Amino acid sequence: MAVSEKVNVPVIRTEALTKKYGELTAVDHLNLTVQRGEVFGLLGPNGAGKTTTTLMLLGLTEPDEGKAMIHGLDCTRDSIRVKKTVGYLPDNVGFYSAMTGRENLRFTGRLNGLSGDELENRIDTLLKRVDMEEAADKKTGTYSRGMRQRLGIADVLMKDPQVVIMDEPTLGIDPEGIRELMWLIRDLAEQDGRTILLSSHQLHQVQRVCDRMGIFVHGKMIACGTLEELGTQIGHDGVSTLELSAYPDNIRLQDIIRGQNGVIDMERNSDLYIIHSSFDIRRSLAKELSDKGYTIMHLRQAGSDLDEIYRKYFEKAGEQNGAEKKLSDSESAL
Amino acid sequence: MEQKRNYQILRVLFEKETADFINGKRMLLFTILIGLITVTGFYAAVSGLHAETAGSETSAGFLFLRLFTVSANSIPSYNSLMALMGPFIGIFMGFDAINSERTEGTLNRLVSQPLYRDNIIIGKFLAGLFITAVMVFSSGILIAAVGLISTGLIPTGAEIARLFIYLCFCVIYIGFWLAASILCSTLCRHAATSALACIALWLFCSIFVSLLSGIIAEALYPVDGNDLQSMINEVKNYSCQLNLNRFSPYYLFGEATATLLNPSVRSVNAVTVSQLSGALSSTLSVGQSLLLVWPHLTALAALMLIAFAVSYVSFMRQEIRSR
Repeated sequence: MAVSEKVNVPVIRTEALTKKYGELTAVDHLNLTVQRGEVFGLLGPNGAGKTTTTLMLLGLTEPDEGKAMIHGLDCTRDSIRVKKTVGYLPDNVGFYSAMTGRENLRFTGRLNGLSGDELENRIDTLLKRVDMEEAADKKTGTYSRGMRQRLGIADVLMKDPQVVIMDEPTLGIDPEGIRELMWLIRDLAEQDGRTILLSSHQLHQVQRVCDRMGIFVHGKMIACGTLEELGTQIGHDGVSTLELSAYPDNIRLQDIIRGQNGVIDMERNSDLYIIHSSFDIRRSLAKELSDKGYTIMHLRQAGSDLDEIYRKYFEKAGEQNGAEKKLSDSESAL
Repeated sequence: MEQKRNYQILRVLFEKETADFINGKRMLLFTILIGLITVTGFYAAVSGLHAETAGSETSAGFLFLRLFTVSANSIPSYNSLMALMGPFIGIFMGFDAINSERTEGTLNRLVSQPLYRDNIIIGKFLAGLFITAVMVFSSGILIAAVGLISTGLIPTGAEIARLFIYLCFCVIYIGFWLAASILCSTLCRHAATSALACIALWLFCSIFVSLLSGIIAEALYPVDGNDLQSMINEVKNYSCQLNLNRFSPYYLFGEATATLLNPSVRSVNAVTVSQLSGALSSTLSVGQSLLLVWPHLTALAALMLIAFAVSYVSFMRQEIRSR
C-alpha cells in the first residue's frame, strides 16, 4: 500500500461514544480516530472500558450516546455490514472443543459465505501463516492457550477483514509466543494493509507493535498519540527527569550537575543520579561533562518509556478521580 | 439477496448443530433413552394385549393402536412412557444450548460474524426439533413394524393417520421441553443451574400441578355434604380441576394422545347424562378425534412457541461479553 494512501483515511471513528451501566460510566464521550493501515493500541487498566468500546465498535452493545463508525457505516445500525469487514478476536478466544481446528475454521468460513476450493485454500493458507498446520486436525479441546490464540487469528482472517479488533491478545501467552504474535500483528498491518485496533494492559508488548496509542482510564481517553508524542505531552507538564551515571563519580560531578541551567533538584539513587529539570538538559549536560573529562556511563530520559508514561498518566488520573477510584475497583472485582 | 444469504447462514448453523448432536456423546444417551421407551413400551403392549383380547371381545377394533396404549402389570405403556420420559430428551438437548457456548467462549466469536443473532438460537432450536422428529418417528415406526410382524395385525388407513398425528404430537411435546430448556440456558449462566431449573419444571408439571389443582378445586368447590349445592359443585369441582391440570403440558399431552389413540373416547370434558342420551355408541372418525384435541394441539404448540419466544427475546437483549 502506498504511503500517501495511508494517511488521513479514517477507518474507525467514534464520536462522543458513551456507555453507562447504571451509575457507572464505562465509556465516557470517547472520540477516537484510527487511520487505515495503522496499528492502534488501546491501553488501560482492567475495567477502564476497553472491552466495552470494542463491543460497541462491533455493534454487540448499543451505545447510550454518540456513535461509532467503521468505513463510514454506523456500527449499531449497520452491524451486519460492519461485521463483514471487521474481524474480532475476543480475549480468551474459545473454539468448539469437539471439532478440530480445521473444522472450526471451516465453520467460520461458511458463515462468511465461503465454500468449495476457495474455502479450503484459504484455510490451508491461514493455517500455514499462523504455523498451525501440524495441530490443525487435532481437536481444539487439546490445544494450549497459545495455540488457541494463533488459531483465533486464523479464524479472524477467514473473512479477510480490512479491520481487525483484538481484545487483550497477549494475555496468558509465554514470551516467545508474544514475540511471534507481535510479529504477526505487525505483518498484518504492513503487508496486508489491514487496520488493527488492539486493547491491552500489558504495555511493553504493545509499545513494540503500535503506531499510535490511546491511554484509557475510567472510560476516558486521557492521552493519544505516538510514543514520542505521549512523552512530550508529559514533558510539557512541568519537569523533565533524567537518569545519569558518570565516571569518575565525585563531589565535583554533583556540583557540575547542580550548576546546570534549568536543574531544579537532584537526588541519588544507588549509583544513579536522578535529575529533575524544567526542560530537557541532556545535550548541554553531556557536552559539559565530556568537556570536563567525565565518561558518561548511563544517560536516560525518564518518561520516554511507555511504562513511565503510563504510570504518570495513571497518577494524574488518580488525582482527578480519587473519589471514583473505589467505584472502579469494585467494578473490576465484578 | 440478503434474504438468501440469511437463509444460507441459518442452514450452516443448522447443519453444524445437527452434526454436533449426532457426533456428540449425548446422542448415545438419547438413543438409550428412546430405545428404553421403545422396548419397554413394546414389551408392555405385547404382553398386555394378549391378556386384554382374551378377556373381552368388544374392543376388537383398533387393536393396532393399542400397541401404544396398553400397559401390562406394572410396566407402563409406550404412550405414558413418552409423556413421562420424553421431556428428558428435550431437556438434555437444550439445557446447555446457549450457556455452554458462553462458557466455552465461542459465543462472542460467533456473534462477531456477519449474521443476525437470532439465527443462532433459531438454528439450535430447529436442529433439536429435527433430531427429536427423527428419533420419535423412527421409534414409533419401529414399534408399528415389529408389531405388524409379531402380532399379524394389519393397520387400517385411519389407524396410520392417527399414528402419524400422534407422533407429531410427541414431537411438539418434546419441542416444548426443548424450548423451555433453551430458555433456561439463556437465563442461567451455568449449565448445571439450567439443567436443575428444567428438571424442577418437569417435576412441577408432571406431579405438582395435579396435586395443586386438586387442592384448589377442593377449596373453591367443596363437595362434602349431601345438599344440592355440593351436587352442583361436583361438576364444577371436576371442571375446575381439569382446567387447572391443562396448564401442564404433561396433562395436555396425556389427554390429547389418549383421545387420538383411542377412537372410542368421545369427549375430553365432563359429560352429563342428558348430553349422552340419543348418542350412537360408535367410534369417532379421525377428523372428529382431531377436532376434539385441536385445542390441545394449539395449546401445546403455543406453549412451545411462547417458551421459545421468551428465550429469543432474552437472548437478543443480552450483552455478550467474553467468558
